[in-house]
Amino acid sequence: MEFLTAIFVSPFIEIYEYPLFFIEVVLGGLLAGVMYSLVALGFVLIFKASGVFNFAQGAMVLFAALTLVGLIEHGFPIWLALISTIIVMIALAMAIEKVVLRKLVNQEPIILFMATIGLSYFLDGFGQTLWGSDVKVLDLGIPNAPIEFLGILVNQFDLVAAASAGTLVAVLAIFFQKTRIGRALRAVADDHQAALSVGIPLKTIWAIVWAVAGLVGLVAGIMWGTKLGVQFTLTLVALKALPVLILGGFTSIPGAIIGGLIIGMGEKVAEVFWGAAFGGAIEDWFAYMLALAFLLFRPQGLFGEKIIERV
Amino acid sequence: MTENGSPLLTVNNIEVIYDHVILVLKGVSLEVSEGGVVALLGANGAGKSTTLKAISNLLGAERGDVTKGNIEYRGERIDKLTPSDLVKKGVVQVMEGRHCFEHLTVEENLLTGAYTRTDGASAINQSLEKVYHYFPGLKERRTSQAGYTSGGEQQMTAVGRALMANPTMILLDEPSMGLAPQLVEEIFEIVDALNKNEGVSFLLAEQNTMVALKHADFGYILENGRVVMEGDAKSLAENEDVKEFYLGLSSGARKSFRDVKHYRRRKRWLA
Repeated sequence: MEFLTAIFVSPFIEIYEYPLFFIEVVLGGLLAGVMYSLVALGFVLIFKASGVFNFAQGAMVLFAALTLVGLIEHGFPIWLALISTIIVMIALAMAIEKVVLRKLVNQEPIILFMATIGLSYFLDGFGQTLWGSDVKVLDLGIPNAPIEFLGILVNQFDLVAAASAGTLVAVLAIFFQKTRIGRALRAVADDHQAALSVGIPLKTIWAIVWAVAGLVGLVAGIMWGTKLGVQFTLTLVALKALPVLILGGFTSIPGAIIGGLIIGMGEKVAEVFWGAAFGGAIEDWFAYMLALAFLLFRPQGLFGEKIIERV
Repeated sequence: MTENGSPLLTVNNIEVIYDHVILVLKGVSLEVSEGGVVALLGANGAGKSTTLKAISNLLGAERGDVTKGNIEYRGERIDKLTPSDLVKKGVVQVMEGRHCFEHLTVEENLLTGAYTRTDGASAINQSLEKVYHYFPGLKERRTSQAGYTSGGEQQMTAVGRALMANPTMILLDEPSMGLAPQLVEEIFEIVDALNKNEGVSFLLAEQNTMVALKHADFGYILENGRVVMEGDAKSLAENEDVKEFYLGLSSGARKSFRDVKHYRRRKRWLA
């Protein structure tokens, strides 16, 4: 009885009594969710264009952040370090296409997936060999002090993260829906062979999409790196992107964003108001439970492409 | 060859091996003249699709390899070009089983066909109108996701998509697959129209021998990776063996199955 009250009654009383606190938690959750979305976005891009679940996305986030910090430590000014990192990520994408993907055209998705696992280990090791494995501080001068807005405390850094994610999504959406290359990317996602047959060069398309995923990884790396410090655990952030993807759908850019927001918010609200009922620390598994529920009832996610079956 | 005009496409004695071990084509030669419609006939596994893919170079993605012979288009070797380069040169394949981009709309599907073109948006729009002119049904469904359209509409989308590349030659693989006879006839009439009005040459692989020979002007019959018979469409359609094996017509009285078997074994064509 006490347990049921803790789940069904007292949290709502708490929310009712402290509405401002509730809004603050929701807002904090949403902004944390944006960070998940940033990582999820990289997965979606590659999954859309090549039907591959890129296990190495987390490693790419780490690699991008490491490269950026490493260059700054070597005395590069921030802008030059940023540009160099962008170039490195594009070169990395081209190398991945040439060394890994090109050999595996038209193979089963699971084989490509295995290849990305290998890639992930390589990138982890390579990045740390190059730049060392200490925890590095990334400071791009993004303000980190909380500001008060209508009586609600909001972290400035979270606002910057939200703004950059928003911009990124808008640009990507236009790129995918309106441009020739974007259309070709979606075509490749549907059917490699047919795309080849109409003259879409797979090599170019894959290099482009991995480069874009690398750049998204860089943005995610900057944000997470600033928050947690640049270190190996950044790759584990990618695991949090999984429930986001299941919720939003593997093929939907808006899905990645909204999935991230729901997970971020759900986690925080559940932890703060329902945590006590379960003895705390439900933040860690809440997202996965939510994802599990989705897998049962809506496997393509909220916004994922319907699995088309003609009858 | 009784065709007029210079050959547009020449396939010289090609051999194709899959996965480095499986010999699929054992020396296939054929020719398509400028403005010709050539049918490639044969049963399942005869090597029709492989021949087309060898020409369009989609074989590489299936671990197939042209190990002997060569392929020339307008007198120039094309067997080492990428599919993308070939499309730029005007050779496009419409794959067997349609292969539309399911999640793209019909119109987006068509537009992907123009990927290799560099002649600007207005020229591409003109082509789009042209495709809608030949396939008025597609215009009505332009905003539907291709995956939800009917088989006939998907086949038309696939042909239309190839047309968007402004091709001089279309390699059409099994357009009749899974379609009602009326639709098959419709598709072949459009092939005729494209051939006459737009000057597009066709090399089409078909199991539906009757329809293919009706619309083609020359035909090759493949069996076990070899060309076993060739001739202009009319003479092939009248050939007794073709009638017997591919059209299911026989002269004279009904034969018992045992007779047919015996007859087939003795008269099996081997090159």
